[in-house]
Amino acid sequence: MKALIIGCGRVGSSTALQLQSEGWDVVVVDENEDALSRLGDHWPGTFLVGHGIDTDLLREAGIEDADAVVAATDGDNTNIVIGEVAEKRFDVKCVVVRVLDPARAEFYAARGMRTVCPTQTAIDTLLETVRSCEVPVVRTTA
Amino acid sequence: MYVVVAGAGKVGANVARSLLRLGHEVTLIEQRRDRFERLEDEFEHQVQRGDATELHVLEHAGLARPPDIVLALTGDDEDNMVICQLAKEKYGVPKVIARVNDPRNQAHFDLLGISPTVCATSSIMALVEHEVPEHDLIHLLELRKENLEIVEVLIDRDSPSAGKRVEGLELPEGARLISVMRDGQAVVAVGSTMLESGDQVLAILEPGKEDELRRVLLRT
Repeated sequence: MKALIIGCGRVGSSTALQLQSEGWDVVVVDENEDALSRLGDHWPGTFLVGHGIDTDLLREAGIEDADAVVAATDGDNTNIVIGEVAEKRFDVKCVVVRVLDPARAEFYAARGMRTVCPTQTAIDTLLETVRSCEVPVVRTTA
Repeated sequence: MYVVVAGAGKVGANVARSLLRLGHEVTLIEQRRDRFERLEDEFEHQVQRGDATELHVLEHAGLARPPDIVLALTGDDEDNMVICQLAKEKYGVPKVIARVNDPRNQAHFDLLGISPTVCATSSIMALVEHEVPEHDLIHLLELRKENLEIVEVLIDRDSPSAGKRVEGLELPEGARLISVMRDGQAVVAVGSTMLESGDQVLAILEPGKEDELRRVLLRT
């Protein structure tokens, strides 16, 4: 099982490390070579420096035989385009795209893209947590 | 006509200015504060500040009306692609035009069906090819939807095709000659057309067949 992780920030690096520990063959791509340090001192997988919509770089990273692609750069639109390219050009079966803006995440999800929206997750969790506090209802007097 | 222009850099601002001069209704969207403030005096309420890939910004600019045309002219190709997808698919804008900043991203625009596109680098390169004589095969026209291109080739004395009929050439699969221009007169290329040194030949072919065509027409 081979996974490509584009964007090695907090989210991308942790996803890469977790998948790697679960037995995946993981390739990580980031624009900044310093991001490699987020993968710890002994990263056994591949790490490539470059922009995630660069087709040559994606090929070099092995997208043609990847089972999964995770787009987790800090740019919503970059992630969306990476997702489109991975699905439509390279026919990757499992493409997961991080989109921080809930509106865009919803629009692309409706078109069939597997979007993950941390903002929406935070909103839902916060609301759920506030509701679970069971604050007594204050009756307003007329 | 109502036009929404996303991105108010040099290109976007000048396009908006020209459209306004022609009497069209225009809304310009610019994300950068300093750029927006510099343009506010000139464009007043016709320039809005915001990220043109956010739905509420687009809706504030009237995307739901929808506009007759949306121009995605920011300096970021991914933003331009998303703006076009949202305009067409979410708001039903009938026509979009996108700017391609990095010619390597052209394939992505094509993949997403975003057309027409304008790429300054590619246009300049096409002109260079046309102007610089050592390029023996000149790209005249790209028919992107058809995945074909039209090129011009100059036959010289040493060309293996000089003195041969079109039907005698082993043209690559996916390439055909269109016309032959000789002494200012053009004729449609048919099987019996004889090629001569000095002929300017137009050919239509699938992209990537240039080298094969060059081999048949120009070099042994």
